[in-house]
Amino acid sequence: MLLFIIKGLFRDRSRSLFPLITVSIGVIVAVLMYSYISGLTQDIVETNANFSTGHVKIVSRAYAELIEQQPIDLALLDVDELLGEMGELYPDIRWTERIYFGGLIDLPDEAGDTKEQAFFGGIAANLRDPDSMEHELLNPAEYIVRGRMLENENELLLSDDLATTLKIEVDDEVTLISETMDGHLAFANFRVAGTVRFGVMALDRSALLAEIRDIRYMLDMEGAASELLGYMPEFDRDRADKLTADFNKTFSDQNNEFSPYMLSLLDHDNLRGLFNYTGQASTILIGIFVFIMSVVLWNAGLMNGIRRYGEIGVRLAIGENKFELYRVMIYEAALIGLAGTIIGTAIGLAFSYYWQNVGIDISGAMPEIGMMMSNVLRTRVTSGAYFIGFIPGLFATTLGAALAGRGIFKRNTAQLFKELEQ
Amino acid sequence: MKIITLILITIFSIATLAADQPDAETIIRRVDENITPETRIATTSMVVHGRRGSRTIRSRSWIRGTEQAFTEYLAPPREAGTKMLKLGDELWIFSPATDRTIQISGHMLREPVMGSDLSYEDHMEDPQISGRYTPVIEGEETVMDRVCWVLYLTAKEDDVSYHYIRIWVDQERYLPLKEEWYGRGESLLKTLEVKEVMQVQERWFPKRMVVKDVLKDGDGTELIIEEIEFDADIPDHKFSRAALRD
Repeated sequence: MLLFIIKGLFRDRSRSLFPLITVSIGVIVAVLMYSYISGLTQDIVETNANFSTGHVKIVSRAYAELIEQQPIDLALLDVDELLGEMGELYPDIRWTERIYFGGLIDLPDEAGDTKEQAFFGGIAANLRDPDSMEHELLNPAEYIVRGRMLENENELLLSDDLATTLKIEVDDEVTLISETMDGHLAFANFRVAGTVRFGVMALDRSALLAEIRDIRYMLDMEGAASELLGYMPEFDRDRADKLTADFNKTFSDQNNEFSPYMLSLLDHDNLRGLFNYTGQASTILIGIFVFIMSVVLWNAGLMNGIRRYGEIGVRLAIGENKFELYRVMIYEAALIGLAGTIIGTAIGLAFSYYWQNVGIDISGAMPEIGMMMSNVLRTRVTSGAYFIGFIPGLFATTLGAALAGRGIFKRNTAQLFKELEQ
Repeated sequence: MKIITLILITIFSIATLAADQPDAETIIRRVDENITPETRIATTSMVVHGRRGSRTIRSRSWIRGTEQAFTEYLAPPREAGTKMLKLGDELWIFSPATDRTIQISGHMLREPVMGSDLSYEDHMEDPQISGRYTPVIEGEETVMDRVCWVLYLTAKEDDVSYHYIRIWVDQERYLPLKEEWYGRGESLLKTLEVKEVMQVQERWFPKRMVVKDVLKDGDGTELIIEEIEFDADIPDHKFSRAALRD
C-alpha cells in the first residue's frame, strides 16, 4: 500500500511537487526562526550572566532596592565569610566577587591639568590571578583590541571606543575620580594596559576593567564587594528560583537592610518576562506556520482535487470506499509532509549552522536598552531545531489534505457514470 | 457719615500697612545684601548622614563676591589637602594623592560633593537671587519663632539648577530660614532648613542648617559654620589655580 502511494507520488510529480516545495520552505523558516530565538535567548543569558547578573547574585537588601544605581555605599561587607559559607552550602556553584563603580576618567596634559575627561562604568574583578574564573566569564583576553592584559598594580583595561574618543593611548596614565564606600572623594592614578571591545553596546560605551584589589584600596572597600555572583554548571531557572527563595529565607533579615539578599538572573531588567515571551514566541511561531501552510496546502489540495476529479470519480465508480480513498489521500499528504520536512530541516539547519558561526552585526541598529546583549546576532542550533519542523511540516500537510479531501464525500455515486460519460 | 468715615479710616490703615511692607523685589535684594558680603572666610563642618552612619568633613573657604571661591578640606585625613577652586562657572579640584588638578564639568557638576546632599552645581550656583528670579510674596508664616515672609521665586532664565524656589525670609533680619528648591516641573528636589543663627558684625547669618535631597535616602547633610569673618582681605593669589598646589 505504502509503496503504491510512493510510486503514485513519484510518477505524478504535479501531485507532490508544489506541496513539497511549500512544506520545505515553511520548515526552513520554522527551523531558522527557532534557532534564532534560541540564539537570542542564549546570548542574553550568557552576556548578562557573565558581565552583570551571574546565574544568581548576592547583594545587601538595601543594594537590591536600588540595584540599577549599583550604589557602592550599600555594598556587602565581610564577603570572604559569606563566600566560605556559600562554598560549603552549594559546592557545585562557583562564586566570584565584583565591585561595580562609576566616576570620571581624566587624562592629564603635560602640566597635570585636565586634558580630556569622561564618565566611566567600572567593573572590578579578580583579573590579575591567572587561575581566576573571571578569565572565563569576563574573558578580557579575547576582547583586547590594543595592549595587553593586567599584569601590575593600578592598571586598567578601557573600552576601545572610550579610549578613542578621549585620545587615550596604551600606557597613558589616567586619573580615576570616584567615591569611596563612605562617600569620600577618591582619586587614583592608573596606567592603561590595553583597550577592549566586548561587542556589547552597554559596555563598549564607557566600560573599564580593573583588578578588584586595586579598586578595594582606592574605594576603601577592604573585605567588601558590591555583588557576589554565582554560576551553576548550566543556568536552570527553576533551580535559580528555588535557590533564591531558600537563601533569602535562611540568610536575609527583613529588619537588617545590610543583610545578604539573593537574586536570580531573571530578576534583572525584565529578563523573566523576556524568557516567558521567547517560550511563548516559539509556540506562536509554529502555530502561525501551521495555519498559513494549512491554508496554502488546503488550496493546493482543492486544486489537486479538481485535477484528479476524474481519477477519484473512476475509483469511486469501481467501488473504492470513500473512507479508504480519503485515508489514502491523507497518507499521500503525510508522505509529502515528511519528505518536505526532512528537506526543509536539512536546509534550515545548514542555514542555522552558518548563521551560528558567522553572525550578523546589528551594532548600528541597537536600541538604547539597559539589558546587555551582544551586537552580533547568532542563531543557536539545539536538539529542538532538528525536530521543530516536523510539527508544521506534517501537521499542516495532513490538515490541508483533510480539509481538501472532504469533497470526496460530496460526490454522489449515482451521478458518477453520468459525469464520466460527459 | 459715620460709615463713610469708618471706610476711609480702614482704607487709610490698609494703605499705611501696605506702604510699610517692602515689596518682593526689595525683600530679596536685602536678603542678598545680608548674605553676600564683599568677602568672607569661613571654617565649616559638613555632617553627612548616610544609611551606614554619619561622617564629618571640615573645610575652610575663602569667598569673594559670587564668582570666586577657594575651599581647602581639613579633615578627615582622607580628604585633608584636597582643594577646590571656583572661578565664575568653572570648577577645579586638586587631589594631593594623585598630584592632579582636575576640572569638574558637565554632568559631574550634578554629582554630590563628598557624598553629601549638595551637588557641585549647588556650590557653583550664584547665591544672589535678585536679578535671577522673579519673586512673589505668598504670605506670612512663623519659622523658628520668627515671623517670615513666604516668597515664591520663578527663574528668569533656563540655565539655573532650580527653576522655582520657595523661601521663608525673617522679616526683621532679612535672613532666609527655610528654603524649598524645585525643578522644572515644580517637583521638589531639595530642602534647606536653618536650625541656628548667629550675628557676626552687623549681619545675621545661619550657623547650622540642614540640606536634604528629597530624592535621596538618609537624614540629609548638616552644615555648621564654626567661624566666619566678613569683608576680610583675601589676596588675589588665593583665587588662582597655582593656589591649588600651594
